[in-house]
Amino acid sequence: MEELVSKALTEENFQQLDRQIEKVQGSKGPLMQVLTQAQKIFGCVPYEVQKHVSERLKVPMSDIYGVVTFYSQFSLIPKGKYVISVCMGTACYVKSAQPILDKISEIIDTKSGETSADGNFTLEATRCIGACGLAPIITVNEDVYGKLEVTDVPGIMEKYKD
Amino acid sequence: MELYRSHILVCGGTGCVSSDSLKIEERFKELIEKNDLKDEAKVVKTGCFGLCEAGPIVIVYPEGAFYSQLKVEDVDTIVAEHLVKGRIVTDLLYKESYQEGEMQSINDVGFYKKQERVALRNCGVINPEVIEEYIAYDGYEALGRVLSEMKPEEVIQIVKDSGLRGRGGGGFPTGLKWEFTAKAEGDQKYIACNADEGDPGAFMDRSVLEGDPHVVIESMAIAGYAVGANKGYVYVRAEYPIAVNRLQIAIDQAKEMGLLGENIFGTDFSFDMEIRLGAGAFVCGEETALIKSIEGKRGMPVPRPPFPAVKGLFDKPTLLNNVETYANIPQIILRGAEWFASIGTEKSKGTKVFALAGKINNTGLLEIPMGTTLREAIYDVGGGIPGGKEFKAVQTGGPSGGCIPAAHIDTPIDYDNLIELGSMMGSGGMIVLDEDNCMVDIARFFLDFTVDESCGKCTPCRDGTKRMLEMLDKIAEGKGTPADLAKLETLAKTIKNASLCGLGQTAPNPVLSTLDFFMDEYEAHVHDKRCPAGVCKALLNYIVIEDKCKKCGICAAKCPVDCISGTKGKTVYHIDTDKCIKCNACLEACPFDAIKKG
Repeated sequence: MEELVSKALTEENFQQLDRQIEKVQGSKGPLMQVLTQAQKIFGCVPYEVQKHVSERLKVPMSDIYGVVTFYSQFSLIPKGKYVISVCMGTACYVKSAQPILDKISEIIDTKSGETSADGNFTLEATRCIGACGLAPIITVNEDVYGKLEVTDVPGIMEKYKD
Repeated sequence: MELYRSHILVCGGTGCVSSDSLKIEERFKELIEKNDLKDEAKVVKTGCFGLCEAGPIVIVYPEGAFYSQLKVEDVDTIVAEHLVKGRIVTDLLYKESYQEGEMQSINDVGFYKKQERVALRNCGVINPEVIEEYIAYDGYEALGRVLSEMKPEEVIQIVKDSGLRGRGGGGFPTGLKWEFTAKAEGDQKYIACNADEGDPGAFMDRSVLEGDPHVVIESMAIAGYAVGANKGYVYVRAEYPIAVNRLQIAIDQAKEMGLLGENIFGTDFSFDMEIRLGAGAFVCGEETALIKSIEGKRGMPVPRPPFPAVKGLFDKPTLLNNVETYANIPQIILRGAEWFASIGTEKSKGTKVFALAGKINNTGLLEIPMGTTLREAIYDVGGGIPGGKEFKAVQTGGPSGGCIPAAHIDTPIDYDNLIELGSMMGSGGMIVLDEDNCMVDIARFFLDFTVDESCGKCTPCRDGTKRMLEMLDKIAEGKGTPADLAKLETLAKTIKNASLCGLGQTAPNPVLSTLDFFMDEYEAHVHDKRCPAGVCKALLNYIVIEDKCKKCGICAAKCPVDCISGTKGKTVYHIDTDKCIKCNACLEACPFDAIKKG
């Protein structure tokens, strides 16, 4: 995992972040906006990135760490190649989203909220994505699978085997 | 302006986009080009039509043909038949809109018949990415009228007279909020819009932003004029990328046309706005937490007073309303307070948008007058429960609300009635539960949610909800005692009274309302160690119904732990409950429905 973090910390990524910081400098309370960009650029907001943001925005590290750990969209370690989000909104839950989550967890051998050891998969029980007409629904990166049955799961996971 | 023979409206709401509506749009454009129909047919990507269950949806005008559940390849048929030959493809029409060989108007279909669209009036009608379409539907006329003909006090008076109450949760009178902010002292004031729609199962604010983003911009500018603010922030969930994108397009277009920025309509009123993204924290829907989050801090609530109207964003007076509330304002200005107040009940005026989901035939978004009964919403608009199952309860208000049982299904929906039933309006999520849902499990689901989303600042919420969840876990596992039930209730009431913000104060509602209406289910879990709905795994027993068993042995063959015994063709099969791992394989495999769980 540390290897994955250091791989993301390229000079180019830091330059890209600096360009984003320039854009919002002068606006009020820009920290969240900068961190959102950092998450997008690096795929995570580890210590080194927080330190960089702290120096540029002149915001204490403690504040930045506080914000990064408060919001679920920011993560300290990179997410997997495929991020599998199982919607656990109420509409999906009452239509048996839990057994679907359990099945995926079993297939990729990864607990909900964690990333598989090979860095291929991150499994998330996500908040309502608002496509309740397709409940129960999961997304794998940009792909959407709706109106699922547990029996559909193995077939879907087969597509992301590589 | 070009005139077209046909208009093809393709739903671009999140639900339909998730089932490939954008590819459908592309295919239409491609085939129209190919068939040389460019000057005759126009494809319009609109916001949500509301009937998500039937998605992806395409409506072709002037005929009003309502095509539902389309696949990309169906587009070829529609173009070849409908657009080229003028023959409606009846096989692809939404079933209810084509009966006895005749096509019905969409407004006569059950789902739309009882609806009255105010906040959603442009959703599914205009292209949200084209400002001219909004303007053609009276867009920015209210802002023009306010700036050129009205004093700020008059604007506030109209909003007060309309009786509009906040659509995001508590139902506070909107006009009063505006008045407080207007009267607050401050050299700088702000307008903020709460688009952090976090209730699971609610998606009305997203649909407004996706389908009619200009209405929010116009309304915030009106609010800015009324309270004396020149800057607005819209706080949107990052989970809504389409909404964010369309709102940004709308803001840019409004700026370009001079409808935002300096000296709007040539007056000395200036107003600018920007989007701030949330980052995944439910508590940020609470107003003081939302303000902290816009400021770039941890979204933790602070005690009120002072209210945001006095000391809000960057410590300045701030008016904060939610998306749906704002979406009503331009119509109130144009059609008058009296018109708005004529809709609804005595204390709840106007219409309300609900997101109907769960065990319901017509999952989707509906806007109905306040005072419509739950039964009308669920059966007439929602089309009832699928699979002939029995209605058990409807959950309203998300994690802050409660479950309303069948006995109260004829209750007219308004703020006060729902609170009286131990639930609340909230943002308008409406999840229908049927006989297969366990109420202990539902209470546990919501508690699990609040435990996860509690910001951790105050003890009753941080620790109390966690203890409640532990008790519910215990009950669901069949280890609960009668004393737990009593303790659960006491603790719930304490948390309600002692928590700092709305999240904690309402978190016990799902528990209290299920204890109130479904005590028998709790008791079954505690006394009989039984889950009547067959959901709580630890309490499940799979049993062969002897008269239905045809002795085929399929169940025994499927059982992964060999706990089903019997002889093929000779004896009825039997499940050894101690060995059974409750995997459900036998129940799914049995062709005769001879296995039940309970």
